[in-house]
Amino acid sequence: MAAEKAPTGARLVGRYALLGIVTFVVLFPVYTTVIAALKPGSEVLKKPLVPNAFTLDVLSDAWTNGRLGRYLVNSLIVAVIITVGQLVTSVMSAYAFAMLDFPGREALFVLFLATLLVPLEATLVVNRRTVDSFGWLNSYQGLAIPFVATAFGTFLMRQTFLSMPRELIEAARIDGAGHVKFLRLIALPLVKPALGALALFSFLSSWNQYLWPNLITTEPEMNTVQSGLRLLRFGSLNQPNLVMAGTVIAAVPIFIALLIFQRSLVRGLTSGAVKG
Amino acid sequence: MLLPSLVILGTFVLYPLGKAILLGRQRCDAQGRTCTSNGWDQYLDAFRSTEFQNALWITFKFALITVPLGLVLGIGLAVLANKALSGIGVFRAVFSSTVATSVAVASLMWLFLLQPEVGVLSNIGWLSDMFPILRTPGLLRSPTTALWSVALSSVWASLGFTFILVSAGLQGIPEEVHEAAAIDGATGTRRFWAITLPLLGPTLLFVVIVLTARAFQIYGEVDLLTEGGPRPDATTTITYLTYGEESIINNNAGLQATTAVLLFLVLLVLSMAQLRGIGRRVHYGS
Repeated sequence: MAAEKAPTGARLVGRYALLGIVTFVVLFPVYTTVIAALKPGSEVLKKPLVPNAFTLDVLSDAWTNGRLGRYLVNSLIVAVIITVGQLVTSVMSAYAFAMLDFPGREALFVLFLATLLVPLEATLVVNRRTVDSFGWLNSYQGLAIPFVATAFGTFLMRQTFLSMPRELIEAARIDGAGHVKFLRLIALPLVKPALGALALFSFLSSWNQYLWPNLITTEPEMNTVQSGLRLLRFGSLNQPNLVMAGTVIAAVPIFIALLIFQRSLVRGLTSGAVKG
Repeated sequence: MLLPSLVILGTFVLYPLGKAILLGRQRCDAQGRTCTSNGWDQYLDAFRSTEFQNALWITFKFALITVPLGLVLGIGLAVLANKALSGIGVFRAVFSSTVATSVAVASLMWLFLLQPEVGVLSNIGWLSDMFPILRTPGLLRSPTTALWSVALSSVWASLGFTFILVSAGLQGIPEEVHEAAAIDGATGTRRFWAITLPLLGPTLLFVVIVLTARAFQIYGEVDLLTEGGPRPDATTTITYLTYGEESIINNNAGLQATTAVLLFLVLLVLSMAQLRGIGRRVHYGS
């Protein structure tokens, strides 16, 4: 459905009023956060709703002393490893499930799907030990490797491969293209939209991870943005403007990225709802 | 080709679940150093314990607040913004915007709003005079309001996500259906209940499933806003009981595994119930 037709007269005014109120409520926490981040410590609590002072010192303080710069880099490295890893492993396993015939395929696929029923929080107690025994505490491997494969990605890509036209696959086979060649030249270009959606989904969910980095990080330098914010919150609550400055720095990159990728975001979020 | 996925999923999803099931039998001493395996009854004991029952109830309550509230607000905002008005793009961008906030970012924004000493609301003179609870003990420290405050922060954070999904669902309803109903004399309200809502079925089902899963796995909000408190455990969810720094089983590896496995079982039962119960009633448009 295209958007409904516009109302007129009093209903139109009412509609805008309602939109305005909701906008105010949604943006209120953002507004108070941003103006606090731009105030010096002495002014923060005096008039919390008014931007009565302005300084960039707190932001730069959060960036260097609060280590937000370092945390952003860590988060970026981890999220990129996870995203690339998930794309590669998902494409490989999805291709095997969709295109190859091998004994035990159905059973293995069911096993893959079964992992979707295991909540992350049920595995981390043991994963922490595992990562510890690998010597991976406080490391990028520890933060990223447990998440470089997902059943969700496999499932999504399998559905996409299965929806490719049969004729195409047969034509390629007659032309003598092997699996690798077929995947590289024909299949991957065709499934690009799904790959993009999966990439965005993987990136966002790894960027937003909170519990895991907290569990395996003890050295301040190895925190991600999320666990770093926790450190800031428990270390500096007496300087709320510093904590808010950290929050702003943590939020801005994703905010900008989402403005750029708005369209694929909708596809990424809805891809989970696609019927099989 | 399956090998990489199999190795990772095996090592970090299946193995830890199996291992946790075995570990969950162990009873540890108060220091958490020596643990002895005592058979399966620890699961039963843990499940029956006041601490776990409380955490289970808090978790359910949290889901009962956030899922309906998130769903209704998401539908409301999506319907509100689904009109061809000038400037509607800006409003849609605003409504979607909270999708850009992580759990930590959203929680800290709300912490700064609600915290009784350094928080925004408690430092607005007339407001805290009108509602003294803002300052003493503070919304996050009163046993009656703490969970609601955490829920509010969580609903706000997932608003962008629900809005985007429901909006996409609305776009998928063919215009002719509405026109036909309008010609038949159906009012806007009636069309909403008789057409929009049923045709949104699959979208709403998906939103409910995601919101419920999120509610049962909530951790960051509790950790950052209340640390499971006010004491002893007004906002201690199952996840916080398992992983929280202030949790009473914080250094008991055996019990942590037990509650982690119990969380898995609770979610398993829940997904089964959801698929059976709601799925049957959803109307999939062709």
